[in-house]
Amino acid sequence: MAEASQAQWEPKIIGFLCNWCSYAGADLCGVSRYQYPTNVRAVRVMCSTRISPHLVLDILKAGADGVLLGGCHIGDCHYISGNYYTEKRVRLMKRLLEESGVEPERLRLEWVSASEGEKFSKIVTDFTEQVRKLGPSKVKKDEKLRSRVAAADDASETFRLKALVGRELNLVNKGNVYNNKLDPAELDRIIDSATEEEFERSLILELSMSKPRSVKELGEIMEVPTDKVLRHIVALRQKNMIAMEHPEGFTPTYKTIVIGGEQ
Amino acid sequence: MIHMAETKVNESEKPRIGVFVCSCGSNIGGFVDVPSVADYAKTLPDVVYATQNMYTCAEDGLSNIREAIRKHNLNRVIVASCTPRTHAPLFQATCESAGLNKYLFTFVNIREHCSWVHMKEKDLATKKSKDLIRMGVARARLLKPQEEAKVEVEPVGLVIGGGVSGMTAAASLADMGFPVHLVEREGDLGGFVKILNNLYVTEKSAAETIKPLIEKVTAHKNITLHLNSSVKSVEGFIGNYEVGIAPKGGEEKKYKVGTIVVATGALEFVPEGLYGYNQYPNVVTLTEFEILCRKKTLPKLKSVAFIQCVGSRGQKMSYCSRICCNVAIKNAINIADNYEDMLGVMEKQGTLVDKIPVEKKATEEILERRRRRRGRGTEGEGDAEEVKLGPSEKIEVTVFNRDVMAYGVEHELTYNKAREKRVKFNRYTLDHLPKVFMEDNQLKVTYFHETLKLERTMPVDMVVLSTPLVAQPDAGDLSKMLKVPLGQEGFFLEAHVKLRPVDFATDGIYVAGTCKGPADITEAVTQGAAAASRAATPMAKGYVQAEALSSVVDETKCTGCGTCIEVCPYGALRKNEKGIAEVIVAACKGCGCCGATCPEGAITMTNYTDAQLLAEAKAALQEEV
Ligand SMILES: Cc1cc2nc3c(=O)[nH]c(=O)nc-3n(C[C@H](O)[C@H](O)[C@H](O)COP(=O)(O)OP(=O)(O)OC[C@H]3O[C@@H](n4cnc5c(N)ncnc54)[C@H](O)[C@@H]3O)c2cc1C
Ligand code: SF4
Ligand code: SF4
Ligand code: SF4
Ligand code: FES
Repeated sequence: MAEASQAQWEPKIIGFLCNWCSYAGADLCGVSRYQYPTNVRAVRVMCSTRISPHLVLDILKAGADGVLLGGCHIGDCHYISGNYYTEKRVRLMKRLLEESGVEPERLRLEWVSASEGEKFSKIVTDFTEQVRKLGPSKVKKDEKLRSRVAAADDASETFRLKALVGRELNLVNKGNVYNNKLDPAELDRIIDSATEEEFERSLILELSMSKPRSVKELGEIMEVPTDKVLRHIVALRQKNMIAMEHPEGFTPTYKTIVIGGEQ
Repeated sequence: MIHMAETKVNESEKPRIGVFVCSCGSNIGGFVDVPSVADYAKTLPDVVYATQNMYTCAEDGLSNIREAIRKHNLNRVIVASCTPRTHAPLFQATCESAGLNKYLFTFVNIREHCSWVHMKEKDLATKKSKDLIRMGVARARLLKPQEEAKVEVEPVGLVIGGGVSGMTAAASLADMGFPVHLVEREGDLGGFVKILNNLYVTEKSAAETIKPLIEKVTAHKNITLHLNSSVKSVEGFIGNYEVGIAPKGGEEKKYKVGTIVVATGALEFVPEGLYGYNQYPNVVTLTEFEILCRKKTLPKLKSVAFIQCVGSRGQKMSYCSRICCNVAIKNAINIADNYEDMLGVMEKQGTLVDKIPVEKKATEEILERRRRRRGRGTEGEGDAEEVKLGPSEKIEVTVFNRDVMAYGVEHELTYNKAREKRVKFNRYTLDHLPKVFMEDNQLKVTYFHETLKLERTMPVDMVVLSTPLVAQPDAGDLSKMLKVPLGQEGFFLEAHVKLRPVDFATDGIYVAGTCKGPADITEAVTQGAAAASRAATPMAKGYVQAEALSSVVDETKCTGCGTCIEVCPYGALRKNEKGIAEVIVAACKGCGCCGATCPEGAITMTNYTDAQLLAEAKAALQEEV
């Protein structure tokens, strides 16, 4: 298929809408005949809490121009607390998008109740415009960007980030095993630095998948100081995720260990 | 107890998909090129049959689906029409009647999400419809047949709250033969009604009216009364709740129940700081006025002013309390008719000082009520001067209102009756609220006369503030325990205002009476009976079938970290003896939180797997071929 020219390009936006509020709000929008642009393709899920960062990042990696997440207003989630987690996960997704270089504005989370039909049409109109201004997704054409998004996706699936985000609400509300309640801002800082670290490690694994790379090379591609890259590599080697390969002369290279031939 | 239901599963190796594109008359057909969409559907992978219908949900549309399943040996069905939120059950049942597992059905919404919102862009709407069907096909190809779990239902009911709605619910369930636990935190049954004087429309005494119901509930062999008690804990799910009930200061005992009715009522709003309440003598709420009347302790009065909508309709609460106009009219007629009847015994003999503060004159009941609602003691604010009044003198009654909400047949008649008795109805607006003040030891009301456009002041002997019913302050505790929601105003929130008015979204829990918003006795009783019949349905059937929408733990991936157990709002996950997470299928609602959380990626959702969602979404990114 020929490349669509910039002029006829239409944003492709995927919407994930929860069954009980935002999907119902979109239904009411239809019943009330509020008009909006045709760019959003909605996928129905039972609750916005179903949307793991992986789903969103994988779709952006596949070239979607924007992703719209719809949930019930805080306090109204049909599953009581689902959308609290959605909010936390979206924060993580945006942080990871920032790391990857994809504009975080391509992702939007909105609360729409079953009675907010008109609001739904306004959101879609507004978000479509926003994505239009950002232009077509560059992920497909830009290989470097693509590997960074892949790394963001991998990072979102790491035990550390998933456990942190999953436990975040409990850590803040109920306290950790020592009964210390964590300050939410402090926890956000912990998650942010973990996010950066996991992203960089995932990116090293991503880049060293197809061919072995040296620390210097990785540092240049990633635009990260080499001492930091080296620290990541030490950690990754401890976890048996990366292997040193044929040290040529004095510069060793590293290659990702692929388990069970995955990926 | 959980066992699997027998469902016919039609599992064949390769998907054979049938697509039915609906015109919905001109609802879709008028804005989307339906024939071209159906033609396009035929070109999609694994689609062996595609057609268009004028009305897919009409009998010929449905029989078209059944025939095509048989004739073309379809093992997946897609209907592209309206919204799954209303029509999925119908089409799923149609598939099942043709022997196709209902989980192999896919809904594509091209009406609410397409034809109705893109009415001026037929080409783009047609393109979007094609995209949506392509997404549906991508999803359908990955669907798997599912079996639904069948859960036995304990045929025992629990009713929380012993007011008229709760008593009605308990009596109805008991009459149907189900044992019922009725939990009331106070020492007697009757709820709010037991403090009222007489009831509107019938004009009969409140106590006399509810006496038969109280007697019936007390004597019923199927009802176990738990007075002075409250619910301390609730575990489980529909059919299988374990509730802990404890008497005040006593020990909690566990009971197994199948369904729960919440009927915890409401309280009157305390108008602290409004219209001289608790500042001047003889300014009382409508509730306190009823108590004065019931106890026959009214002070001598020559002029009474009711002020309506105190705190309601956008002042403190957003809503109209629905009953207070009629209650005020009832009381206005009462004092116009039977004023002498309700005077304090001493006043009748003409010996007592009039217009002493209500706090001093009122019965211990009002004092106690004020203390309880406010959480502190109260004393009257100085004595008013003596005024001699003959009890037979005509009494003047004025009702200051924003609008009189005397809806329906009877209330309008009662309203007219009050007017015949020369009760004055004076309208006020939010720009000119009436003012209550004390001048020369005389209580006075200043108001704006809307017709004369003049400010007027009148002396009154008592001001009655009609305050709205408000949610129980501790409704939140019960809401958390039962995992059912409260609305913005703190009242319990039903599953659907129109279609499921006494259900909660959570199966097995129902709601009745003023705990879900202002209502009068007629309505509270109706709701109590309705909630009982809803609660009886699964108990009479003996089992419920849980939708196959649940999480599935992959034992080989789970490391037993417990994060999923922490996030599940329904307690539907636990660790098994191997220390590995396990789903209680009947308790799981399929929200997917655990799946999105599990750090090991060990949890998937039936019918909403990552693969299905990603295939559906990514199909949207392809270009039409
Ligand atoms: C001033 C006034 C006058 C009125 N006059 C009329 C009239 O003339 N005619 C008419 O039709 N209606 C009238 N009403 C309305 C009437 O009072 C209500 O419709 C009725 O009381 C609603 O009954 P219910 O069972 O829903 O709630 P309630 O009567 O409030 O009963 C709820 C019960 O639940 C108990 N409870 C609360 N929380 C818990 C808990 N956590 N655990 C256990 N038990 C709990 C309470 O103690 C109470 O006994 C009047 C209301 C007011 C305020
Ligand atoms: S199936 Fe839905 S879209 Fe089709 S005719 Fe019926 S209501 Fe209309
Ligand atoms: S979160 Fe995942 S790994 Fe942890 S206990 Fe639950 S299923 Fe097992
Ligand atoms: S899907 Fe939701 S309800 Fe079911 S076990 Fe997971 S978190 Fe609990
Ligand atoms: S159901 Fe809508 S956000 Fe949870």
